[in-house]
Amino acid sequence: MDALEILFTASFWVAAIRIASPLIFATMGELICERAGVLNLGIEGIMTAGAFAGWFTVYSGGDLWAGVLVAAIVGAMFGLLHATLTVPLGLSQHVVGIGITLLATSLTYFTYRLALPEVTSPPKIEPFQPLPIPGLSSLPVIGEALFSQTPLTYLAFVSVAAVAWILYRTPIGLAVRAVGENPSAVEAQGISVTGIRTGAVAIGSALMAVGGAFLTTSAFNSFFFQMINGRGWICIALVVFGSWRPGKALIGAILFAAFDAFQVRLQQISGGIVPYQVFLMMPYALSILALILVARRATYPKALMIPYQKGER
Amino acid sequence: MRLEPKLAPSLAVTLLFPLAAIATTLVLTSMLVLVAGASPLSVFYLVAKGAAGSQFALMETLTRATPLIFTGLAIAVAFRAKLWNIGAEAQLYIGGVVTVVLGTGTLPLPSVVLIPVIMVAVMAAGALLLLGPAVLKTRFGVDEVVTTLLLNFIVLLFVSMLLEGVLKDPMGLGWPQSQKVIAEAQLPRLIQGKRLHYGFAIALVSAVLVWVVMKRTVLGYEMRAVGHNPEGARFVGILVNRTLMKTALLSGGLAALAGFSEVSGLKGNLTLDLSPGYGYTGIVVAMLAILNPLGVIASAIFVAGIFVGADAMSRAAKVPSYIADVMVATSLLSMVVAILLARFRIRWR
Repeated sequence: MDALEILFTASFWVAAIRIASPLIFATMGELICERAGVLNLGIEGIMTAGAFAGWFTVYSGGDLWAGVLVAAIVGAMFGLLHATLTVPLGLSQHVVGIGITLLATSLTYFTYRLALPEVTSPPKIEPFQPLPIPGLSSLPVIGEALFSQTPLTYLAFVSVAAVAWILYRTPIGLAVRAVGENPSAVEAQGISVTGIRTGAVAIGSALMAVGGAFLTTSAFNSFFFQMINGRGWICIALVVFGSWRPGKALIGAILFAAFDAFQVRLQQISGGIVPYQVFLMMPYALSILALILVARRATYPKALMIPYQKGER
Repeated sequence: MRLEPKLAPSLAVTLLFPLAAIATTLVLTSMLVLVAGASPLSVFYLVAKGAAGSQFALMETLTRATPLIFTGLAIAVAFRAKLWNIGAEAQLYIGGVVTVVLGTGTLPLPSVVLIPVIMVAVMAAGALLLLGPAVLKTRFGVDEVVTTLLLNFIVLLFVSMLLEGVLKDPMGLGWPQSQKVIAEAQLPRLIQGKRLHYGFAIALVSAVLVWVVMKRTVLGYEMRAVGHNPEGARFVGILVNRTLMKTALLSGGLAALAGFSEVSGLKGNLTLDLSPGYGYTGIVVAMLAILNPLGVIASAIFVAGIFVGADAMSRAAKVPSYIADVMVATSLLSMVVAILLARFRIRWR
């Protein structure tokens, strides 16, 4: 098969949208945190914890949606811890974020080993099944790619619309954007900067965890170590690439996922002439390249990474 | 709630806070031990015994501390200048690659020449690897946290490619591993018959040298100034970008030495499991030491002790050895809070 022909097959786009789904959730989560002025480097660990929490809930007899909910709650808890340390206490967001990633990852592995001491291959669950949307799913190519996915993928797209609507069309969204740009102006309006930032980080972290849970309850059917594999860090790059806008970040995530799906197929048709590791490197290299390309015109939220202290300028 | 700066804390107070952070960590993680159905006191006793209860245990802890001193120093140097190098893991592996490239018979030199040559080359490779993200930061404004993190994945795949390709040991029965380094490229054991090797001595010397650089040289002063207040540093005529470059070179070089020391002193060859995350653990080591190069020695030994002790403990008690990773992560977060409380007073109104 020709490399370009791949781009016109429906199965390629089905895979691309599936690969994009967890990235969309986590990118939206990180975007909310950063728009409120908090860089959340806990993302990689929070996704790991979410992946485990979702899978383990279902494995222990819970409903699939209960798994998603538990993942979101676990994510929000780590978000609250992150926010407590970085918002009122104003600690370094870099150090705390890495600390949250280390803590969430190690707690996950500890819990996994405690719950399943002697297991070598992780047990499987019955994951979300594709739910074709009547009518739309029979459209050529896009019907299969967009409207024959699992419910969690639809939710990912809904989350983009919800985040965009809340950020740009509601008073809360205005407050979130404002604490990321000019916190003292928000405080002057009688709104608590600490409250808004803490809430944003908690909700953002919940979304990251759902992104992790997508992997164990929708894309695959079990949890294994290192399954997040840098996806969290890629989402941080996607937020920058999307100029902190939900719509652009969504396009970035889909482009990235399409590239990822493409590299897997290219690997299959290359016949082993090029080492497979070169293909696996591409997504990470592409993320760095994307950062370089947009860096010059990137407009960071002005208060990103700057702790706010009441009464200080 | 407000934070008010305190007067400069005394040395006793400064030393008290790491201890308070460790105590907090023990209290928090003992809850996990209770969940696991064991007694915290006996588990922590077993960890301490496994880490330092015998000559063998102590040697094992010091051996494990060796790479952590190097990565801890790398992070301490970088974070002091607020250069967020999260890529020590990649730099470590590049150090390992250079060690086996030069140390498997390519250079037929006597040990006294070969080992310094390898060390210089290793440091240069690690330095160059971090120079990339540093240039992207200063020239293009690309955040170095993300680039160094992503480079960890790229470099690990690169190493995997080498180990299945040009560096693959033909006698390795198909395993992705390199050949062993020749005897001339090996760091001798510090004590005959023990695993502790000269890498530990080199790590101690490095810590002292880094301390001298940070406290007694212009470069050290500039690094601290840039980290404390880049605008102010620029105002007094410090070339901020150039200082960040020098910091990157030093930090990358130190992290790469961890890879050299592990291959040359301990493992003998390069494999994909050379480091169980020493690059990331180095962040904790540096923070526990409050970024002090001499403190890094103590905190690296402490963190290594947790890992070695937990391994021994998990064989005896039914508590997963991942408790060590939890303790290390918790101690990082407790430590940053402790440092804050040492410097600021919290006013609730």
